[in-house]
Amino acid sequence: MSTLLERLRRLGTENEFLYLFLHSRLAMIAATVAVLGMGAAVLAPLIAPFDPYDIGSVDILDSLVPPGWTDGGDARFLLGTDDQGRDLWSAILYGTRLSLVVGLSAIVFASVLGVTLGLLAGYLGGRLDAVIMRIADVQLALPAILTALLVDGIARGLLPRDTHDELMLVVLTVAIGLSLWVNFARTARASTFVERQKEYVQAAEVMGVHPLRILLVHILPNILGPLLVILTIDLAVAVLLEATLSFLGVGVPPNQPSLGTLIRTGTEYLFSGEWWIVLFPSLTLVVLIVAVNVLGDFLRDVFDPRLR
Amino acid sequence: MIALVARRLLQSLFVMATVSLLAFTLFRFVGDPVAQMVGQETSLEDQARLRASLGLDDPVITQYANFVGNLLSGEFGYSYRTRQPIGEMILARMPATFELGLASLVISLLLGIPAGIYTAIRRGGVVANLILVVTLIGVSVPTFVIGIFLIYVFGVELGWLPTFGRGDTVQIGWWKTSFLTLDGWRSLLLPALTLGVYQLTLTMRLVRSEMQNVLKTDYIRFARARGIDARALYLGHALKNTLVPVITIVGLQFGGVIAFSIVTEAVFQWPGLGLLFLDSIRYVDIPVMSVYLVLIAMLFVIINLIVDVLYAVIDPRVRLGDA
Amino acid sequence: MVPDASNETLPETLLEIRDLTVTFASRFGEQTAIENIDMDVRRGEIVGLVGESGAGKSTIGAAINGLLPGTGRITGGTVTLSGERLDRLSEASLHRLRGDRISMIFQDPQTSLNPLMRIGEQLIETIRQHRDCREEEARSLAIALLEDTGIADAATRMSAWPHQFSGGMRQRVVIALALCTEPELIIADEPTTALDLAIQKQILALIRRLADERQVGIILITHDIGVIAEISDRVVVLRHGQVKERGVTARVLGQPDDPYTRSLMAAVPRMDRKLERFLGIVEAVDTDAAATRRGPSARVPSRAAGKPLWRVSGASATAASDWLLGESSERSAVHDPILSLRHVDVIFDASPGYLFGLGRRHGVRALDDVSFDVAAGSVLGLVGESGSGKSTLAKTITGLVTPARGALLFDGQVLPSGRARSRSHPSRRRIQMVFQDPYSSLNERHSVESILIEPLREYDLAGTRAARRRLAASVLELVGLPQRALLSYPHQFSGGQRQRIAVARALLARPELLVADEPTSALDVSVQAQILNLLKELQSTFGLSMLFISHNLAVVRQMADRIVVLKRGECVEYGDSEAFFASPASPYGRELLSETPSLALLDAVPRR
Repeated sequence: MSTLLERLRRLGTENEFLYLFLHSRLAMIAATVAVLGMGAAVLAPLIAPFDPYDIGSVDILDSLVPPGWTDGGDARFLLGTDDQGRDLWSAILYGTRLSLVVGLSAIVFASVLGVTLGLLAGYLGGRLDAVIMRIADVQLALPAILTALLVDGIARGLLPRDTHDELMLVVLTVAIGLSLWVNFARTARASTFVERQKEYVQAAEVMGVHPLRILLVHILPNILGPLLVILTIDLAVAVLLEATLSFLGVGVPPNQPSLGTLIRTGTEYLFSGEWWIVLFPSLTLVVLIVAVNVLGDFLRDVFDPRLR
Repeated sequence: MIALVARRLLQSLFVMATVSLLAFTLFRFVGDPVAQMVGQETSLEDQARLRASLGLDDPVITQYANFVGNLLSGEFGYSYRTRQPIGEMILARMPATFELGLASLVISLLLGIPAGIYTAIRRGGVVANLILVVTLIGVSVPTFVIGIFLIYVFGVELGWLPTFGRGDTVQIGWWKTSFLTLDGWRSLLLPALTLGVYQLTLTMRLVRSEMQNVLKTDYIRFARARGIDARALYLGHALKNTLVPVITIVGLQFGGVIAFSIVTEAVFQWPGLGLLFLDSIRYVDIPVMSVYLVLIAMLFVIINLIVDVLYAVIDPRVRLGDA
Repeated sequence: MVPDASNETLPETLLEIRDLTVTFASRFGEQTAIENIDMDVRRGEIVGLVGESGAGKSTIGAAINGLLPGTGRITGGTVTLSGERLDRLSEASLHRLRGDRISMIFQDPQTSLNPLMRIGEQLIETIRQHRDCREEEARSLAIALLEDTGIADAATRMSAWPHQFSGGMRQRVVIALALCTEPELIIADEPTTALDLAIQKQILALIRRLADERQVGIILITHDIGVIAEISDRVVVLRHGQVKERGVTARVLGQPDDPYTRSLMAAVPRMDRKLERFLGIVEAVDTDAAATRRGPSARVPSRAAGKPLWRVSGASATAASDWLLGESSERSAVHDPILSLRHVDVIFDASPGYLFGLGRRHGVRALDDVSFDVAAGSVLGLVGESGSGKSTLAKTITGLVTPARGALLFDGQVLPSGRARSRSHPSRRRIQMVFQDPYSSLNERHSVESILIEPLREYDLAGTRAARRRLAASVLELVGLPQRALLSYPHQFSGGQRQRIAVARALLARPELLVADEPTSALDVSVQAQILNLLKELQSTFGLSMLFISHNLAVVRQMADRIVVLKRGECVEYGDSEAFFASPASPYGRELLSETPSLALLDAVPRR
């Protein structure tokens, strides 16, 4: 193990990012956790002992069973069951999966929208820039959770009941995405501004290269650093937002529990002594978000130009 | 400087206009106001008459103008859910949210700023690293988890503090305050802590990063080369320069606190504006939603304006223009 | 050996450095920044510390003061100030020493002053830090100091903010701050590099006067040999952290012993005459220490022992030459003059206002009625200080800026300007530009190959990928880089090497007019000489017409056939280059010539 690390470390002298990463135990731990988490979530259908969505496999008589290692526990249910008899471990796996799916989709949406607008605003300037920045200003006048709630509320008002339930995940993704695009846009715009002054952009302009090519082939690769940082940090925020919305009861549909919904249910049973329903999903959520945040912090340090 | 303020004022008006347009669109076109207000038996003619009397047949521009006019004169309309005048509801609940916000802001600043300064100066020390780890967790734990945890430990297990509601309050005019009773304070503590923890970590990280930037500058290096001692260096030179960007964020944080209070109020059943908004989402109570939207936007816009003016007052480069 | 006529009575030695070694810990292991440095500074004496980038000059300054950054440590030798050992002192004692006995001045006056404190406050605070006195006393001392450093109206200026001063004034304030503690020794790190020529001359004179009047010892750290020649008594020449030569300035610079010093002096562009080529430049000089710091792999992969060089088949400098010359038959048909400007005006930030002239702005006139020609196959030098409009002119010619008035003619035909010039206009290919900053003119995320191929792609100059590769490799070899560089990325190259890549990129478009905008201003002196040699070579071999822009008169003299001098957007001189240098027609031209620190003194009688 240590020789592997040694060899990896020697690799790191070539590439600066790799070097810093391999020498930061914290970053490596965080990355491992995050990867494990995502892996588990992706493989949920394969590794979960039960399918919590399958009504047939859930028996109400199994409800509120404590974790496997305590008295009264059942070896089948490692972490116990919830109020409906669903295996908590399976529910957590599926829930993490759902949270990550929603979070990632929202971030992809936000980043594509934000970066495109930011690039255009930063490069073309003028009226387009002014308009986009005004819109961003308006959006910034409302905090993320408010925007998310609002979009959700509007969707509720506009769509008939059943469509709304079906599309809930999409609505959620759009809601969270819309509340986060501004970060991407501002960062992309600021970075584009900086790059635009640089001479390699001027060289391309003098040569007569098409502006679209300049934006995508020349500028975009150079601004990926800060964007990656925002992506990671906002992923944590997106997951947090989804959990919060689900906790408040306006997130994922009730038959597809995410970590937030599990915590919500768990809160009701906390005071009557069934502590496990709250604890394990909360722990999972916190660990996941911490891992992503640590990675984000690490990336921010790596890409800080002043440290070069 | 006047030009600066004037420009920002103009921008603020623009933002408010856009938000009010959004709110109006929400109000008018999402869901049917008439359908919300009448029962099943009302005849079509009555509905039509109601529609006309509400001005729903007028051209959209007029309706918008009326809407804005109403807002400006304090006429906020009625809630679909409770049938109460929205203005009253807001006034009744505002003190709760405001006091909660204030308490948590104080907590976050009192602890966050010194912690940020300390960790920036004493890099790599044991205490500094510990603080950093704690704040990392603070940023990552969702507010509601913190709330639940606090309720469990202090409310259920130890039984020291109440777990919901505001407790006893004293009414001054229309303002119900928690600050004047012991029970009020006890009820306020947990929610304020919950809300404050997140704010605290944000403040601390911001102060730390800004201070670190300042400490790397040439003028600090030059001051050190002139022999200026550590205290004057950190607290005099560095701190002043650090606080300038921090002020912006603190200003925004206050607004954020009002918004994040939604979750805290939900967990602690705190009867504030946040809970009101949440209920309005659940029940699709459009008028409340749109009024809340406008109010929050206005709050942010005003705070932004104040922050900008403060910036100008503190940073002479902004005030006098670049040479 | 020239007798040292400056000292009747030998002033006592203030600072003694013996065998000083400083190392930094980096991820490549321990790196030695400076090694076995010996040097002395006497009272009232200015000792110049000169060397190219990465030589270790600033490290010496920081080591004396105990302000080594990051992981730097003194690992050998001694530093003695008036008999007291500095290298052994604790941080606390060093702290007391700073400002009290040793002061430092940095390069950039803009960032050296706290923008949120009035300058009076900064002065008073420093004074009171080092002596026990009341505020009024400190205030009058501060005012006296400001007056001494040449700031008019000092009493009122005390309550001014740093950003309200111009660059030169700010540096005076910085010098006043350094003086207010009455130090014995001042370390000045590139104090005039960021300033205009005229201001530079004044600040240098100020420093000289202060050394004489107050008998302060001054260490003057700079890469600019002209500055050293102007005011220093003795000089220490550094390279890669080692002392190459030391002694009385006139002797060291005029008749150097050490081969590196000789090569350095040969690379300095002469103001007094034009040379065909810079001779005697040591080839190996072109790897700056920044590349060294980045580690072993940072240098361009070259011939490993025994292994043949990596090459693209069919690619060679000769192939490049043939390809480029293949055009010259067409070139003789090019119109003479190849470029003409007639009455060009460029105005920035003008606007007619919103309503009835409300909010109207007259704007800044960056170029005012500029007219000149570039003769085919010749070099036109464009000279001016910062703010004179040189860059704006380059941008106007290459289409980045639209003139408000005037005409441009290229190859006898009207050249559309600014936005009117379409992206596919033939002039896009025929006019190419080499930029100033080699660290920003190449896209860091693209490989050298993809950077070089871009013009070939844009202008359809080669059919297949293989052909493009062959051409890129050939031109690389032509500009003096190994073909293998195609595979590398810009950050692996030094400044000089990057500039060669930039030149290669320009050549690959097969241009007829090359606009070189300060192409060597960011490079070390010896590297500059190599690049200038390269440009001269290419220009004469391929008959390129060139517009060579620089603020450095000496450099322009070496390159140009004809010359244009710009002052605040106006063309004040235009004519034959040698004629200008022999005897300028305009008062401004004469001023410029006199302000440029000249090394001609070194050929004659020693300075003092």
